[in-house]
Amino acid sequence: MADDANKVNGAEEAPIQERAKPDPPGYFEGESMTRRRVFTIGAQALGGVAGAAIVLPAVGFAVAPIFHRGKERWEAVGPVSDFVEDTYRQVVFTETEGIGDAGKTTAYVRKSSEELGEDAGKFVAVSNRCAHLGCPVRFVEAAGNFICPCHGGVYDFQGKRIGGPPVRPLDQFQTRVRNGQVELGPRYSVTNQMEPVRARDPGEFTGGIWEYLYPPRPSTFPPP
Amino acid sequence: MPKIPVPKIPDAVVPPPLRKPAKPGAGGTPKGQAPEDLKTAPERQSHGDKLLDRGKEAPIDALAWVDQRLAASGFLTGMLYRKVPKGTNWFYTLGSATLFAFIVQAVTGVFLAMYYTPSATQAYHSIAHINNDVPLGQLVHGMHKWGSSVMVILIFLHMGRTFFFGAYKYPRELNWVIGVVLLILTMTMAFTGYLLPFDQRSFWASIVGININGTGPVVGPYLSDFLRAGPELGATTLSRFYAIHMLLVPGAIIALIGAHMYLVVKLGTTAPPWVRAERPKVAAPTAALDAGANGNGRVNGHRVDGAPVDGEGNGSL
Repeated sequence: MADDANKVNGAEEAPIQERAKPDPPGYFEGESMTRRRVFTIGAQALGGVAGAAIVLPAVGFAVAPIFHRGKERWEAVGPVSDFVEDTYRQVVFTETEGIGDAGKTTAYVRKSSEELGEDAGKFVAVSNRCAHLGCPVRFVEAAGNFICPCHGGVYDFQGKRIGGPPVRPLDQFQTRVRNGQVELGPRYSVTNQMEPVRARDPGEFTGGIWEYLYPPRPSTFPPP
Repeated sequence: MPKIPVPKIPDAVVPPPLRKPAKPGAGGTPKGQAPEDLKTAPERQSHGDKLLDRGKEAPIDALAWVDQRLAASGFLTGMLYRKVPKGTNWFYTLGSATLFAFIVQAVTGVFLAMYYTPSATQAYHSIAHINNDVPLGQLVHGMHKWGSSVMVILIFLHMGRTFFFGAYKYPRELNWVIGVVLLILTMTMAFTGYLLPFDQRSFWASIVGININGTGPVVGPYLSDFLRAGPELGATTLSRFYAIHMLLVPGAIIALIGAHMYLVVKLGTTAPPWVRAERPKVAAPTAALDAGANGNGRVNGHRVDGAPVDGEGNGSL
């Protein structure tokens, strides 16, 4: 017990520290670092470099898809005469290739309407992906609304949110006419004022400060 | 009536008592007197008996050979025969039950991987093949599927036990933190495993789950892209979830379970809150000090039942 007590308060060690240490071999006046310290730091640095050489490529490999944008894809969904102004026609087309039916998505397509303040002679393709959490909405002809089965989101004829938990209007797809066929292209999101922005995931607000809180992802296409 | 010979349990497999040996001269036989068994000459054994005795010793010898090189018996004795506080009850088995659920998941998962194909076009059919064609496939798949729910339920019950018994308090805060990380990793396992059958339910549930991830400000959208490996749920999403589910997270869980259990053995368990402190039977100086310091002497459960207070059996690995 007595020995322990002495060790704790350091009474015995004090004289040892005062004793001058002999110079290590190779010591010269004015050296700033011992040989041992140089090798310790050097070995640790080499280990760090070796570790980084393994970890950085692996992490980069895993996060690379965030920065990769795929090829722009257009698909014909029917002749121009198929689509009218006052109601939607449901079309199914491939959004993601290589995974069979799972890569298909549904869009509701109509001719643009001047009554609603849209440019004449174009086509509007509304995605069926609910802006709440991504469930498939359907267009209800009788009500003229899009209704989501999961949590009761309701959108008007243009796709603007009029009820339920969704945070923004329904997404849309770019449209164009080639050889008399309406073609659908990349997805984009819209703000509450129906201004196109880059595609956002469901549940993310658009417009105003939200453009910074939910920044556009490099993997999406610029809006039209 | 002839006496049936009962084989004596060899000393090597009986753990030594967790007590310091008596000091030489402090007890035992008085000096100058030979023990009884040395006074009589040993009986001569026949050759067959000798061989039989050797045979009986063989497994012990083998164990001893291993232990001499591994030096594991001290650790195992300390771990398996450690003292637990008075009042330890069935609630204390919830942690082991969670561990058992994890082992079930690990074993069945390894065997499911023998038949499963993590490809968007074949995953659904490979699961159907496991369920419909492979012998016992439905059972193993069912054990994995329902076992995941069992594990999540058990982990919450275990967490509740720890919380309501106050077992997260000093000095066990770090073990609580490790447990919370294990809970998060278990939820990650449940989330990534849900997509693997690639049927309608798992497809849409994963989309909803990824979109919930995406609603986190600033980093959310990038986290979603990372999980999907792109802007849409695609072919690489499934293989990504599969790799996370069977390689990345299980490794982390195994490592953290090791740390979790090390701390349990090292720190010991707590007594339930309804067990009142008793006055220490031995008026050792340290016991008096501790009882005075924390008021009830219940912080370390080993003192409650008047167990030795000199450090023996208190996580002495």
